[in-house]
Amino acid sequence: MTTAKSTAAQNTAAQSTPAESQTAAAKPMIELKDVHKYYGDYHALRGISADIRPGEFFSLLGPSGCGKTTLLRTIAGFEDITSGVVMIDDKHMEDVPPNLRPTNMVFQSYAIFPHLTVEQNVAFGLRRDPRSSQDKQKAVEEALSMVGLKGYGKRAAHALSGGQRQRVALARALILKPKVLLLDEPLSALDKKMRENMQVELIKLQRQVGITFILVTHDQEEALVMSDRIAVMFEGEIAQLDDPETLYRLPKSRRVADFIGHMNFLPAKVVSDVKGQIDVEVQGLGRCHIDARQAPGGDTGAEASVGFRPETLTILYDGQSATDREAAGSIEEVVYYGDMTYYDVKLDGVDEPVRISMRNVPGRPVLDRGARTRVAWSPTALVLFR
Amino acid sequence: MKSNGNGLRLYAILYLAFLYAPIILLPLFAFNDGTIIAFPLKGFSTKWFEAMAEDGVLKGAVINSLIVGSCTAILSTTLALLAARASTRFEFKGKGGIMGLIMMPLILPEIVMAMAILVVILQVFGDVLGLPTIILGHTLICTPFAIAILSAAFQSLDKSLEEAAYDLGENKWSTFRLIILPLVLPGIISALLISFTISMDEFILANFLGGTEPTLPVYIYSQLRFPKAIPVIMAVATCLVAVSISLLIIAEYFRRRGVAKTGGKDSGGFL
Repeated sequence: MTTAKSTAAQNTAAQSTPAESQTAAAKPMIELKDVHKYYGDYHALRGISADIRPGEFFSLLGPSGCGKTTLLRTIAGFEDITSGVVMIDDKHMEDVPPNLRPTNMVFQSYAIFPHLTVEQNVAFGLRRDPRSSQDKQKAVEEALSMVGLKGYGKRAAHALSGGQRQRVALARALILKPKVLLLDEPLSALDKKMRENMQVELIKLQRQVGITFILVTHDQEEALVMSDRIAVMFEGEIAQLDDPETLYRLPKSRRVADFIGHMNFLPAKVVSDVKGQIDVEVQGLGRCHIDARQAPGGDTGAEASVGFRPETLTILYDGQSATDREAAGSIEEVVYYGDMTYYDVKLDGVDEPVRISMRNVPGRPVLDRGARTRVAWSPTALVLFR
Repeated sequence: MKSNGNGLRLYAILYLAFLYAPIILLPLFAFNDGTIIAFPLKGFSTKWFEAMAEDGVLKGAVINSLIVGSCTAILSTTLALLAARASTRFEFKGKGGIMGLIMMPLILPEIVMAMAILVVILQVFGDVLGLPTIILGHTLICTPFAIAILSAAFQSLDKSLEEAAYDLGENKWSTFRLIILPLVLPGIISALLISFTISMDEFILANFLGGTEPTLPVYIYSQLRFPKAIPVIMAVATCLVAVSISLLIIAEYFRRRGVAKTGGKDSGGFL
């Protein structure tokens, strides 16, 4: 998988120069070009364009009704698109039905055939395979052991637990060696612990088989944990497409920032903007200097605000020396989580408290409600939205 | 509170007695060694069953009923399969209205339908009355029952099962054959048996549309005028009750097995 990923990285690098993008290796696995989908009057997909690289773990993340499942079903071929282009492995997918596409899907309900055994379920897709029945049987056993269900072949499918069903669904899809595996909220039916285990297992599985995975999820944590890249979708549009770290650290809009993790916002006013060096007057924090890279959304003309993650501000304890980037406030609420403590701090001159998280380490006492405090931040902590 | 409960219990017992006592009387008199339907019983005898077996007209009526019942069951189940599939899987204009009209015979007075069909057939096709016309009439009234059973079977079917099969390389027809059909098969068997049972004991349509071909209920009714024939009728009725109960049990068995096989929860049914 490491090799596949580095190839993928090279592909993107190659694509940035037009001369090299013509080489075959640079081709994305899936190309979406201005895809629109209407259900009657309802505009479900509003011009989706994205390239998904070979061997990539790609997530479609968004709230329910944002069109992420529709987009996945569009790639699978279950939905016709109103306009635009869907290309998989360099081939136009218009008029290609799901059974002839190089994609396989793991359904949200797993869709295990209840009248068949585990083995028959996994072998279902091999019906039209010309291989001998011994070879097929071997393939089934390999697929089952890959998902950790060795020896479950003869069991009745309807007697399996949720987690086992999901493994069968995975084995059934992967046995066909698709170019792309589509996963529609595959973990939403599992309990928390099971879900966390399966997240890790899915990542391992994807590295092992090296094919492109496209995951639909509404769980931002799941997307951050598992994906190479994430497309955040709102109302049928991709709001931002980036790797998890960029998405978390440099969200392009307040909406994306709000959807992924927690972000504090403070009203701000841009004082000067010269050659990528922006000076901002932030309520509660005072005059701040922000690099243009910390304003990934660009200038949309909207009212400016500055955002920061709870962990990027630090509470200064008595005796810690003052810096030129600090502000004073009082602690309104203390939430103790064991490894972490969340403080709601009301900065002087700001109405809404901001949330700051501090790791609990020995020698760092949990502060009391109502205490006066100072907070400090690094230059890269702040993100400007305007 | 306690007396109240006893009152309800008495009511329940009386209700069941009213429902089933007459049916219990059928075998009593069928095995009774006497021509008069009255107590006291005279002794055990199987002679009415022997007489029944020797009656040629009766045999003809039974065969007619079996033909009508089988054809009706197959026809109405086939039609219901299509209608139930359409109504549970697809959205189309006027679906509610169309389904309502198809289900209408459930509540429409049979006598009205029988007269209407009779008039139309006589006017348009002339005197073609016989088994085929009975089959048509019975299909009309059995189809709604079959639809009700099959709709439930289709509704409990997860749509992604079809999509999964399609996704795994099957086409629409093989998906239907490999996934949908096996999963709704218990419903199909159940619908066949219920349609057959309804057709077997239907009288009004069979009487109006049968012409000179009597089905079993029509024959029985015609024999009730002759007191001598009544013990034989009792024997026939006893056999009918036995067959009906067996069919119902088989139908329910298949319905429950279907529910269990798809891992669903049992919610209703006939028994």
